[in-house]
Amino acid sequence: MGPLIPQGIITGEWDFVIALLLGIAFGFILEASGFSSSRNIAGVFYGYNFVVLRVFLTAVLVAMIGLLYFDYMGWIEMDLVYVLPTYLSSMVLGSVIMGLGFVLGGFCPGTSYTAIAIGKIDAMVFTGGLFLGIFLFSEAFPWISDFYYSDNLGSVTISEVLGISNELFTFIMVVMGLVAFWGTWLIEKKVRKTIKHYKFE
Amino acid sequence: MNTEEKPAGRPKYINPYFGGVLLGLLLLLTMYITGRGLGASGAVKSAVVTTVDNISPMHAEHNVYYHKFISDNHSPMFNWLVFESLGIFLGGLLSGALYGRLKKLRIEYSPKISGKTRLWAAGIGGILFGIGSQFGRGCSSGAALSGTASFSFGGFLVMMLLFGTGYVLAYFFKKLWI
Repeated sequence: MGPLIPQGIITGEWDFVIALLLGIAFGFILEASGFSSSRNIAGVFYGYNFVVLRVFLTAVLVAMIGLLYFDYMGWIEMDLVYVLPTYLSSMVLGSVIMGLGFVLGGFCPGTSYTAIAIGKIDAMVFTGGLFLGIFLFSEAFPWISDFYYSDNLGSVTISEVLGISNELFTFIMVVMGLVAFWGTWLIEKKVRKTIKHYKFE
Repeated sequence: MNTEEKPAGRPKYINPYFGGVLLGLLLLLTMYITGRGLGASGAVKSAVVTTVDNISPMHAEHNVYYHKFISDNHSPMFNWLVFESLGIFLGGLLSGALYGRLKKLRIEYSPKISGKTRLWAAGIGGILFGIGSQFGRGCSSGAALSGTASFSFGGFLVMMLLFGTGYVLAYFFKKLWI
């Protein structure tokens, strides 16, 4: 059965229509969850609003469990599902840079598009920054390409690196997720009492 | 700003766990249909490549990174992630209109800083996110969310380090937010 497009069950000409429809659903969920506000998002780092952790982690858990279930039922050919390759050094550096960008900007690319849609100027500037950042990276690429391609582990999965099955890893993530949901709920309640310049939903 | 707004005028967001379940199901559906996850930064990359290719085709031709994304028979804008990101914008517009958050142009910032400071922080944050997403092979959508969900070790690494770095550095930028 799935994935449908790689197996030719849905043909290529539908690609962009599907992309647009999935994108609309994605944007709707992001905006409706409160991600069009950078102050909502940044709350995850200061304990006054954990909406990012709740939405993000729940989504990861649902998708992981769903994928395992689809695989178990034989509904999806896992070998055809793209596994993002791991370039260790480059990804470590990239994540640290993105982490800094996240605390400064309060958006990530996807959320900034939804914030632009509802009229946030700061999101437009953030997206302009994205453009400039990617341009600078591309211009500097000849000098950094060795580093960019270094430590290539290929399309390695979490289970291959940690030596546990995907099922066990998912189970651990679910347990850790539940603890995180509960813990951050307590933290949030406490922190909100001390903050006045922010309205809570 | 907006701190004096009445409770009735407050934006209404959906329950975050409900939003998370919807997002997880959407991600699953996306992987089921396309064999890949969702993304966001890729669209801006396509825009950069297209811009450079239009202004200076020779320059784009000689840079390996631009060259990877240039094809002879169509513009780099005819790309899955460009259409998906256009969808993100439209979906945000739809939700914003539905929930009454679609308003005139405005800057959102903490009362402790000025609007100008917020724009500088947003711009620099954007530049860093742009650079980081290239090194990281994707942003919080493509690498962290979709990567982790499809059991990619790299995706999991990006998720942990991206948020981890945020927590480590948050202390220094507290004034920007609260």
